[in-house]
Amino acid sequence: MTGVVGPPPAALSPALENLLRVLALLDYNTRLVVLTTALLGLASGLVGTFLLLRRRSLMGDALSHATLPGVGLAFLLAVAAGSSGKSLPVLLLGAAVTGLLGTLLVLLIRNHSRLKDDAAMGIVLGVSFGVGIAVLGVAQDAGGSAAGLEGFIYGKTASLVRSDLFLLAGTAFLVLACVLALRKEFTLLCFDEAFGSARGFPARRLDALLLTLATLVTIAGLQAVGLILVVAFLILPAAAARFWTHRVGPMLGLAAGIGALSGWSGASVSALFGRLPAGAVIVLAASCFFTVSLFFGRARGLAYRWYQHRLFERKMDRQHFLRAAYECLEGCYGRDHRGGLPPNRPLPVRTLRANRGWSEAEWRRMLRQARREDHLERVDRGHLLLSEAGYGEAARVVRNHRLWELFLMKHAAIAASHVHRDADAVEHLLSPEMVDELERELDRRDIPGSPHPLPTAGAEARADPPALPR
Amino acid sequence: MPGREHSARAPLSIHDLTVAYERSPVLWDVDLDLPAGSLVGVIGPNGAGKSTLLKACLDLIPRASGEVRFFGRPYREVRRRIGYVPQRESVDWDFPVSALDVVTMGLYGEIGWFRPVRRHHRERAREALAKAGIAELADRQIQQLSGGQQQRVFLARALVQRADLYLMDEPFAAVDAATQRTLTDLLQELREEGRGAVVVHHDLSTVRAIFDWVVLLNLRVVRAGPTEEVFTEENLAATYGGNLNLLAQAGEALRQREGT
Repeated sequence: MTGVVGPPPAALSPALENLLRVLALLDYNTRLVVLTTALLGLASGLVGTFLLLRRRSLMGDALSHATLPGVGLAFLLAVAAGSSGKSLPVLLLGAAVTGLLGTLLVLLIRNHSRLKDDAAMGIVLGVSFGVGIAVLGVAQDAGGSAAGLEGFIYGKTASLVRSDLFLLAGTAFLVLACVLALRKEFTLLCFDEAFGSARGFPARRLDALLLTLATLVTIAGLQAVGLILVVAFLILPAAAARFWTHRVGPMLGLAAGIGALSGWSGASVSALFGRLPAGAVIVLAASCFFTVSLFFGRARGLAYRWYQHRLFERKMDRQHFLRAAYECLEGCYGRDHRGGLPPNRPLPVRTLRANRGWSEAEWRRMLRQARREDHLERVDRGHLLLSEAGYGEAARVVRNHRLWELFLMKHAAIAASHVHRDADAVEHLLSPEMVDELERELDRRDIPGSPHPLPTAGAEARADPPALPR
Repeated sequence: MPGREHSARAPLSIHDLTVAYERSPVLWDVDLDLPAGSLVGVIGPNGAGKSTLLKACLDLIPRASGEVRFFGRPYREVRRRIGYVPQRESVDWDFPVSALDVVTMGLYGEIGWFRPVRRHHRERAREALAKAGIAELADRQIQQLSGGQQQRVFLARALVQRADLYLMDEPFAAVDAATQRTLTDLLQELREEGRGAVVVHHDLSTVRAIFDWVVLLNLRVVRAGPTEEVFTEENLAATYGGNLNLLAQAGEALRQREGT
């Protein structure tokens, strides 16, 4: 064996050694705990996606709190029957029974009273948690070793033994398989349950199945995350995934991945620092993923949307500036210089600005941008000259604008004096295909004249255009 | 008509149907036998139970009493032959699916439980989208579609199923003129192929142009029969009675109709 892996450096501190052991999954029990928690995260990401799409995310909250009385009662019954009461399968069975009862109670209250979803869930959540705490108190007094039961509230993975882990992993795997097999049915249920029912996929049974899967994940997650935080395990990965994609398939994959990573990191950190409950770390990790997605998600993240908005604003600025310059050229020098186009000569800045009523700050911003985009040849002595590229772009922008104006006048019966404003709003959104269609519709290849008066320079500008070298 | 036999040829025959919400009836004693291969308009004021009628036929809501037969059989035995287009507003269009995904949902019944969507299913969905005139929008997320385009997606989802009878809930509601034309053309095509459609409709001015048959509904069937016979001012007054505003609209629509 020597020669393959060298002996560990003697200077390695025990803490670092421990870290390595955990991260490299060297320890058998740690490996089992970490993998089980990751698998749970994967399953809850998948179930959570459909809960989110079905707008049932909070159902998980009522459900998880309703498991607590079950844990306590199962413990009491087991003690009464003569065992130690700490058998995980028995406790989880109790949790499942009261958890399902809790969700049924929510549905009952909602369907048969005038209370809405939120009130029904709040009632069930609060009452069952209160009852659960009381039952746990009784269990402490009843003797036996009830000490580990609070683990269900905050989550504690380290105390799990091998057979328990296999039970949890098996449950997670079952849920995973069910969700993947019923992916298309659940999608249909969440999108359009009436159509789904008409096609022979009964909404009620699918709903019940989805709720059962949520119950299984919740109960399996009790030990890992704890009942208070398990609902975050269900919501956060799915909610984070939604910011990255507009398709159910990738959303499922992402949510599963985020869930698994959160579970893995939570269990690892909890194994490293005995005092940190796994549930808290798992939820913190998941909330990090969520926060990053909220801002940077490619599909609907805030930063992405802000960036898109900025791009659009710049485009609007550019088009406004160039069109104003072009119309100023037409107004000052006429539009018959070279084949229906005005000449590209220096423009008096005062005329340009007076026409649009831009503020000083707006004007500077637009000038900066025009320089950056090489649309300006030079600005001096109160005059401004477009570059060749700027002039070409200006002609294109003006043409689109006027084609749109003509189209509006022809088809929307808008008075010429009102056209300018309306055309302004839409022209920035015209795609090349739409421009093609406009050309066909109006049968025009040239740049149409403006339907409203153009800005003209004062007499001084017309009489004395400074001769700038071209 | 007590003891009337249900014709096995009738695409849809309803006998003595009553639907109630919380014990107050919203549809009373509906008795109908629709003719084969025709376009049937279901017309009536808001709250008349038009959508409820369609849903009750499709077993989507419980019936207090009565029987519904499609081609002489109960609905669950002939699901494949019946297509359904729900109201556009009934779903959340911010859902993460593409237009093509939605159309393939029309094939889920045929594909069956647990089985995945295959390439040839998607091909058929593309064809249906093309038929609805929006082939190029297949990969668009549904939120990015206009109202008319969304309605076309719903239509394509029903068409892909190649059903013999379609039940459509307000497909003409709030769509653009082009979509309205496509819809009308598709309905004509269905009729030419000997298939039929039952369409909940709200625009009285287009009824004569589109439908062979009308059912005037207001909590009960006021009149049902061929459009020329049944779609009269008198019958409309009986259907919309009590609601003067709607009555005025109906009269106006008829006057416009007769003026042209």
